[in-house]
Amino acid sequence: MSACHDSVRRDHAPSAVVHVHRGGPLVALVGNPNCGKTALFNVLTGSRQKVANYAGVTVERKEGRYLTTAGKALRVLDLPGTYGLNPRSPDEQVTVDVLMGRARGEKRPDRVVCVVDATNLRRNLRLVLAVKRLGLPCVVALNMTDLAARRGIHVDVDKLSLELGVPVVKTVAVRKDGATALRTLLDAPAEAWRGDAAHSPVPETDAPVVTVEADHDTVQRILVSLGLDMHAPHTLSDRIDRVVLHPVIGMALLMVVLFLMFQAVFAWAEAPMGWIEAATAWVANGVTAALSDGWLRSLLVDGIIAGAGGVLVFLPQILILFFFILILEESGYLPRAAFMLDRLMGSVGLSGRSFIPLLSSFACAIPGIMAARTIASPRDRLVTIMIAPLMTCSARLPVYALLIGAFIPKREVAGMFELQGLVLFGLYVAGVISAMGIAWLAKRLTTRGLPRPLMMELPTYHWPTPRNVAIGLWQRASIFLKRVGGIILALTVVMWFLASFPAPPAGATGPAIEYSLAGTLGRGLATIFEPIGFNWQISVALVPGMAAREVAVSALGTVYALSASGDDTAQALTPLIAHSWSLATALSLLTWFVFAPQCLSTLATVKRETGGWKMPLVMAGYLFGLAWLACFIVYHLAVAAGWG
Amino acid sequence: MFTLDRSDDFQLCRIERIHTPEHAPEWHDWLQELGFIPGEKVMLMARAQPGGDPLVVRVGSSTFALRCAEAACIEVTLLDNATGAA
Ligand SMILES: Nc1nc2c(ncn2[C@@H]2O[C@H](COP(=O)(O)OP(=O)(O)OP(=O)(O)O)[C@@H](O)[C@H]2O)c(=O)[nH]1
Ligand SMILES: [Mg+2]
Repeated sequence: MSACHDSVRRDHAPSAVVHVHRGGPLVALVGNPNCGKTALFNVLTGSRQKVANYAGVTVERKEGRYLTTAGKALRVLDLPGTYGLNPRSPDEQVTVDVLMGRARGEKRPDRVVCVVDATNLRRNLRLVLAVKRLGLPCVVALNMTDLAARRGIHVDVDKLSLELGVPVVKTVAVRKDGATALRTLLDAPAEAWRGDAAHSPVPETDAPVVTVEADHDTVQRILVSLGLDMHAPHTLSDRIDRVVLHPVIGMALLMVVLFLMFQAVFAWAEAPMGWIEAATAWVANGVTAALSDGWLRSLLVDGIIAGAGGVLVFLPQILILFFFILILEESGYLPRAAFMLDRLMGSVGLSGRSFIPLLSSFACAIPGIMAARTIASPRDRLVTIMIAPLMTCSARLPVYALLIGAFIPKREVAGMFELQGLVLFGLYVAGVISAMGIAWLAKRLTTRGLPRPLMMELPTYHWPTPRNVAIGLWQRASIFLKRVGGIILALTVVMWFLASFPAPPAGATGPAIEYSLAGTLGRGLATIFEPIGFNWQISVALVPGMAAREVAVSALGTVYALSASGDDTAQALTPLIAHSWSLATALSLLTWFVFAPQCLSTLATVKRETGGWKMPLVMAGYLFGLAWLACFIVYHLAVAAGWG
Repeated sequence: MFTLDRSDDFQLCRIERIHTPEHAPEWHDWLQELGFIPGEKVMLMARAQPGGDPLVVRVGSSTFALRCAEAACIEVTLLDNATGAA
């Protein structure tokens, strides 16, 4: 869910359209990973692109508009970070292509802002030299000067500018007014960006081979002249790492963090969920009382209020999940977790590199699949993409929560764990284990014993700023609400229509829905799904779930609201299904959503990222087969255990 | 001279040479772009356990996780931890 439909943007729209480059000159932000390019982009353009403390957050180019103080319109391009002009993975390739003017559907930038992390000039300045040689007008934005100052690194901007031969300005991308000096430069004509070549100590050779070593020597010389040639490692980060990377303590910490996250999703959300439920019931009662019995009241109460309310109630849980993910992303812990898990992932033929894409898939498989661009090995990248949907995305949370709430008793286990939280954790684990199984199978089939590259940066730790976390949560909430408001509502209305028409023939005895289109469709589908314990109501609800998984819940809400003959108001779904389903059916449905093969936007993303229909078809096929098989086993075991 | 994967933890070393492994010739350039360049000081900060692979390596003021096979491409000599001299 969440970022799902957000990350699929114009960048990858078919580039067959004629490109008229509107909106003025193009300014590209280029720099090492994690130096603050996206933060700067957000400050300049007012966008809200994702910023986080690890290398490889941005994996595609994003465009924004910037109006200079003098009123000039510029197009600003945020690019994936890169260590050099030798791309090793598809995300770095994007940046190099843009700089070389090879990017599809985009011209070569007119100017380049080289973003540089002031706490790590040694590595960052080398890229500036390489970019400068490309002959594009450029300036240097010396970012993170706040952190540098705190660590006693004071850079003489004028001197650095003289040494590099291009203008240099200080920025603090996480402050609203942190880009003032850069704004002034953006108003200056492009000629001013070239600097004074005569003063430039860097020879502007046309020789194609200037080695990294030569650039390194130049940087070293510049740093000596600035009095900055000593190393200034972040000692606090080192001390934290002694704990976090400790073989025993660190591993235990990782387990505790992950487990806490899922316990909290259940424990903390209870109260706000109660409020939302109460509010939904209040609205439904009000509408029921205000309108006379008829199709409009049925649409409003049974369709819209039952459907949307049924999904809205999960907002607190989703926000709690994202709260944890945001804190982990901002702190710099994620690459450490990837490091700790590298060996484990190696046993199934993957590397720690796959960890962050897979973790992102817990929010939504789509950004996770995109993040696989940071993986250098094409084979690992493909396997990561193929198993990403097995990570339980947040859209499945409503389904899990509904079923767990209805069928799993609320009680404490071993005096400290909540059984419901434990089951939820178990479902997440089931997804992870099956993903590992698939990866292992892929390893057996595609034998390749060579070590796969890791080379992963471990950034210094940052305190997550409350403001960033708040903005992140607000974004999640608004995306979720838009989805409830848009897709889910529309599908719910369609569902209500299908479930209400055609009207039952005169003298019919059962509820109207059994004679409707949905009823017919459901009975048809039930032939496939009966062996795994799904009744026709469930089978119908799975269909709109293909567009958005949460809809399965709202669709169930609608189907049951209409099936309940006699009862007028929209009842809470939970007691209703607890009543009418067996435990075996519930377990089977939970299992179904561990694999949940039906998400059209995920399949579309896989097609785009792998460049063809083959992989999305393979994915849909194997997920469906796996889901059906697992449900079959679970259902029949449960029936045998007497839970039928 | 020895390769970085054989270094002791928290031992300051200087990079002498980057090998080009036969199975992955691109690693040479990749490692250099990260900052593993002859003359730079490096230090092993941690090893994942069990197995001792991958490693955490400090180079300049950056920290990277490297696989042993990657660290084995980096040839180093010992430096004195206190003085930084050879
Ligand atoms: N204190 C401080 N933090 C900053 C500054 N600029 C960025 N950050 C933080 O640095 C981290 C990285 O920022 P991003 O904007 O995501 O970096 P990026 O260069 O876009 O990274 P990639 O997309 O991975 O290449 C985030 O945690 C930011 O909050 C700054 O000027 N000062
Ligand atoms: Mg970025």
